[in-house]
Amino acid sequence: MISTLFKSFKLTIAFCILFSVSYVFILWLFAQVASPNKGNAKVLELNGKVVGAANVGQNFTQDIYFWGRPSKAGDGYDASSSAGSNKGPSNEEYLAEVEARIDTFLVHHPYLKREEVPAEMVTASGSGLDPDISPKAAYAQVQRVAKARGLAADKVMALVNANVEGSLLGLFGPGKVNVLKLNIALEKANATK
Amino acid sequence: MNTELLGSIAQIVGMIVLAYPLGRYIAKVYKGEKTCLDFLAPVERWIFKLCGIDPNVEMSWKSFLKALLTVNLFWFFWGMFLLYFQQYLPLNPDGNAGQSSHLSFNTCISFMVNCNLQHYSGESGLTYFTQLFVIMLFQFITAATGMAALAGIYKVMAAKTTQTIGNFWNLLMKSTTRVLLPLSLIVGFILIMQGTPMGFDGKMKVTTLEGQEQMVSQGPAAAIIPIKQLGTNGGGYFGVNSSHPLENPTYLTNMVECWAILVLPMAMVFALGFYLKRKKLAFSIFGVMLFAYLVSVGINTYYEMHGNPMILAMGIDQDAGAMEGKETRLGPAATALWSCTTTVTSNGSVNGMHDSTMPLSGMMEMLNMQINTWFGGVGVGFMNYYAFLIIAVFISGLMVGRTSEFLGKKVEAREMKIATIVALAHPFVILIGTAVACYYWVYNPAFVEAEGGWLNNPGFHGLSEMLYEYTSASANNGSGFEGLGDNTWFWNFTTGLALIISRYLPIVGQVAIAGLLAQKKFIPESAGTLKTDTATFAVMTFSVIFIVAALSFFPALTLGPIAEYFSIY
Repeated sequence: MISTLFKSFKLTIAFCILFSVSYVFILWLFAQVASPNKGNAKVLELNGKVVGAANVGQNFTQDIYFWGRPSKAGDGYDASSSAGSNKGPSNEEYLAEVEARIDTFLVHHPYLKREEVPAEMVTASGSGLDPDISPKAAYAQVQRVAKARGLAADKVMALVNANVEGSLLGLFGPGKVNVLKLNIALEKANATK
Repeated sequence: MNTELLGSIAQIVGMIVLAYPLGRYIAKVYKGEKTCLDFLAPVERWIFKLCGIDPNVEMSWKSFLKALLTVNLFWFFWGMFLLYFQQYLPLNPDGNAGQSSHLSFNTCISFMVNCNLQHYSGESGLTYFTQLFVIMLFQFITAATGMAALAGIYKVMAAKTTQTIGNFWNLLMKSTTRVLLPLSLIVGFILIMQGTPMGFDGKMKVTTLEGQEQMVSQGPAAAIIPIKQLGTNGGGYFGVNSSHPLENPTYLTNMVECWAILVLPMAMVFALGFYLKRKKLAFSIFGVMLFAYLVSVGINTYYEMHGNPMILAMGIDQDAGAMEGKETRLGPAATALWSCTTTVTSNGSVNGMHDSTMPLSGMMEMLNMQINTWFGGVGVGFMNYYAFLIIAVFISGLMVGRTSEFLGKKVEAREMKIATIVALAHPFVILIGTAVACYYWVYNPAFVEAEGGWLNNPGFHGLSEMLYEYTSASANNGSGFEGLGDNTWFWNFTTGLALIISRYLPIVGQVAIAGLLAQKKFIPESAGTLKTDTATFAVMTFSVIFIVAALSFFPALTLGPIAEYFSIY
């Protein structure tokens, strides 16, 4: 028993060197060369300034921006404590919250009919950091954003279309729009108006 | 066709197609035949020499188990120590604190038994050091422990009469260096190219477009995610596991990660066929497992894509499906597929919140873990099936009046007793645990209140949260209805116990059955032998498993997810 424990200790150290050090080092080295941002989260810039991580959603509340989905991470889009709501489908309190979100969404988008409110815009994402919305949810916000920015609706619509990312190889998975990318494109469009 | 469904189909096809050659390769590795990775042999020999281990000694099943349990005991002390004192150790750029004694007990056990139940959140509950030297290390070696045990069972199943079961250390080493390590590297390379972080810089501070400050947690995630998936571990780097957009940034990474969950459990079944040279037996077992898996995938995909009826009643556009707790880039179909994949195996990683899935999807997730034999964890999954095979052989033997034989060995009272204990321990731990929690909830509300109130949802769903937690712990799965406030003395301690019992009791029992059968006299097949590789016997095994699970769990499921289903549909 004691000798087996001692063997276990030595073997564990060997495994540490093999996995926790060598394997990790190989991947780290690979990341320095092949990852989008040297092993750190990929970032997006506006006018040479970093404005966020490309894959991490941000809180957008102003009318001049496209909004992302409701978030339960910290106080909203807290990227150091990811979390979903974990509300069950029959929870009354949760359903009342969704109802309230629908009303708020309709107040900001008075041109939409109730049946045009996309469910994803009133339900919280799994991570609380969902960087994307569906193309449909982006189209629903076009008129509000155009009005708030004083841009033509077709121009904003064209920007959305330019930022729609299709399915993988056109075959697998849903299409999406990265909200931060779209909003950066908007800022650029405004600057050159 | 719908691109989401097409994506799911592609993932399943990818698993099956690649599991077959991988199974052939694994059989070769365990048989000690020549493979393309033999250049690693000097490294392995060197490590064995340093550790004073002779990898060529044949062990009896008893000394095999003794080695297995001793090294696990050592890992327990290793993990407890590092987790408890992590704030004093290097590689802690975010300044995270040490874990409380009951939390480090739970975390350590949970990773030691290949469960990866997480009562902490990865961003704040661990340091880079413990992520790599406890969490990731355990993800490699505990997966390998299960694989080594199964390799031992294969060896005795293939032999006619034998006293030995192979060398535990050798099988443990081969499982890591020849199978887990190379696959993890490949998956890691793909994740890194797709944007999963792999660095040591600590949190990144950014100022958002609206001028707020955002701290983005990152770190060596791309090292942990591959082995978390391949080793059916499931403990995520980030708190929300693979629904986190850095842990699982694109649909492609999702396909690769989901593939990685099931490919090894599938390959282990094919490996049986190659190892024993009984492909037909392997195919019939694979068929049963695949059938059960596809049924649950079908049910979950249907309910998730059709959305929540209570939200539909609000009159909004829910064409995209039930999006609460899901991610836009993945969609409901991919999350439904993942939720079944992660629960048929003992993986437990998630790419969406199970707590928010529809009632019957939640039921299938629980049922998969309660049955715990469809593919299962690497190694141990097939071993659970093995226990049921023994029971099915025995019952069929009695039914048709033939001697109960499996692979030329008589199944007698002693093996049956062990198999029955193993099969019944699982529902026992789950149901007793849930009952105790319910008792406290009802009769001692002050205690529950002092622990933070536990539940995040009222009513039937609340019961499901508690049932799910014990189910997940006992299946060594590790996923959760995460609304449950489970980082408390009660949950850390009781689920910790459930974890230990349900990991080591089955392993000891199953290896013992194999060892006992191996010592018996080999009986050549005759006209009187019950054929175990036929479709009839496959159906028989399926029925035995399903009846045991349904009878044990149906009452509890009726009060939880089924009642919730009828309350909203």
